[in-house]
Amino acid sequence: MRNVFTIAGKELRSYFASPVAYVLLAAYLALAGYFFYALLLAFNQTLQIYSMMRNPEMLSRFNLNQMVIAPLLHNLAVLLIFIVPAITMRMFPEEKRSGTYELLLTSPIRVGEIVLGKFLGGLALVLLMVLLSGLFGVLLKAYGNPEVPMMLVGYLGLALMATVFLALGTLISSFTDNVVIGYVGALFALLVLYTIGWLGETVQGTSGNLIRYVSITDHFQELTKGIVDTKDLVYFATLVVVGLFLTQRSVESVRWR
Amino acid sequence: MIEVASLTKRYGELAAIRDVSFTATSGQILGFLGPNGAGKTTTMRVITGFLPATTGTVRVDGFDVFEQSAEVRRRIGYLPENPPLYNDMTVPSYLRFVAKLKGLRRGDATVALERVLDICGLRQVQDRLLGHLSKGYRQRVGLAQALIHDPPVLILDEPTIGLDPRQIIEIRSLIRTLGGQRTVVLSTHILPEVSQVCDKVVIINDGHIVIEDQLVNLTRDRTLEDVFIEAITRDTGDVSRAGAAAEG
Repeated sequence: MRNVFTIAGKELRSYFASPVAYVLLAAYLALAGYFFYALLLAFNQTLQIYSMMRNPEMLSRFNLNQMVIAPLLHNLAVLLIFIVPAITMRMFPEEKRSGTYELLLTSPIRVGEIVLGKFLGGLALVLLMVLLSGLFGVLLKAYGNPEVPMMLVGYLGLALMATVFLALGTLISSFTDNVVIGYVGALFALLVLYTIGWLGETVQGTSGNLIRYVSITDHFQELTKGIVDTKDLVYFATLVVVGLFLTQRSVESVRWR
Repeated sequence: MIEVASLTKRYGELAAIRDVSFTATSGQILGFLGPNGAGKTTTMRVITGFLPATTGTVRVDGFDVFEQSAEVRRRIGYLPENPPLYNDMTVPSYLRFVAKLKGLRRGDATVALERVLDICGLRQVQDRLLGHLSKGYRQRVGLAQALIHDPPVLILDEPTIGLDPRQIIEIRSLIRTLGGQRTVVLSTHILPEVSQVCDKVVIINDGHIVIEDQLVNLTRDRTLEDVFIEAITRDTGDVSRAGAAAEG
């Protein structure tokens, strides 16, 4: 475990030693702020329209969780599809190119420790992003009355989603020694994972059920509604474990070819 | 200390090394000589456990590189052809990282860091980023990284490549002092380097060993240049004659 933290620490430091971490954080938070503002404006406007119509029954159905937080979380998830590959793209290609791969693989540490270390280093950065975007939830709580537990579960969903993205990005990055391929490959995989649910809406029968189960959006949606179901948690955990396990195999197979 | 036995490494159809065997005893500095592309780097990568051999075995200090890989890796300091540096790290933070990778505890790592900074003459650059160092200093940091856990075995792949004459002299005398307690395998294609530094010579050509002997035995009545050129031409001649015979 000590080796894992050694690698994770080095990884995390390298994000902050270059402008990479700051650029990614700034881009993420700026866009997140814009999404939040736009959603709030829309919420306000709708609220005003229905107030003028004096329809208390309709008004009571409006709430911040459904109209601001849930869509915000969905937007942030899409944003992360573009940002997480930028974190994972260099994990392995850069080591291969600079020759440090030889240092890592000839040191008395296990391949699994290298993979886990790199993953955890990236995870720290991604979770920091998710945590900072929790600011919008705090703002809503300060000036409105959202349901806090539901909101927290939603953010948990975003964090889980980001963790899955990161595990898959790590896997794709281990396949290549090219940073661009590392980015585009991960972006492609994440977009497929995110949009495969579109088919699930029309395909019937067993294959339809399978697609709906594989689609990450369906599981995420439950969490944004504040529903914690073991089924969804198992889904996220499975993807992370499988992703990291395959990464370990992939690093070893390149070595033993 | 190092026993390499009938090592063959194939990349698909192409055999980079064929049936390579040699030994280095404790305290010996072994010069691994050969033209470019002869298979020096591949052999060293197999010894360090970075690449698996197709067939054959390597034992370091009695441990098999494939079966007891972790034990072997603990005992080896390896300087690859390109020093494995992270350009965004400073010299001490990088060396501390390597020390931890090699399994040193925090206190030991600090002592080891001070030691290699002195041995490799890195004091005057110790606050610089690795990416800003000259080639000579990068090579020295590479050497410091190989020495940090005080390994009994050192594998150095062309340690003096790209250095200026003064640096070459410094690194050579450093390697000389490192021998004695350690087993050093040093690859090069610079012959005077071998004559000055090494005890034993192994010459590899086109993927197989053509000479393995003590330096004194080889250079008793000839220069190392003559020995090398003769061995390579004879070997290449053999191969082309064999090829001609096969065709005829």
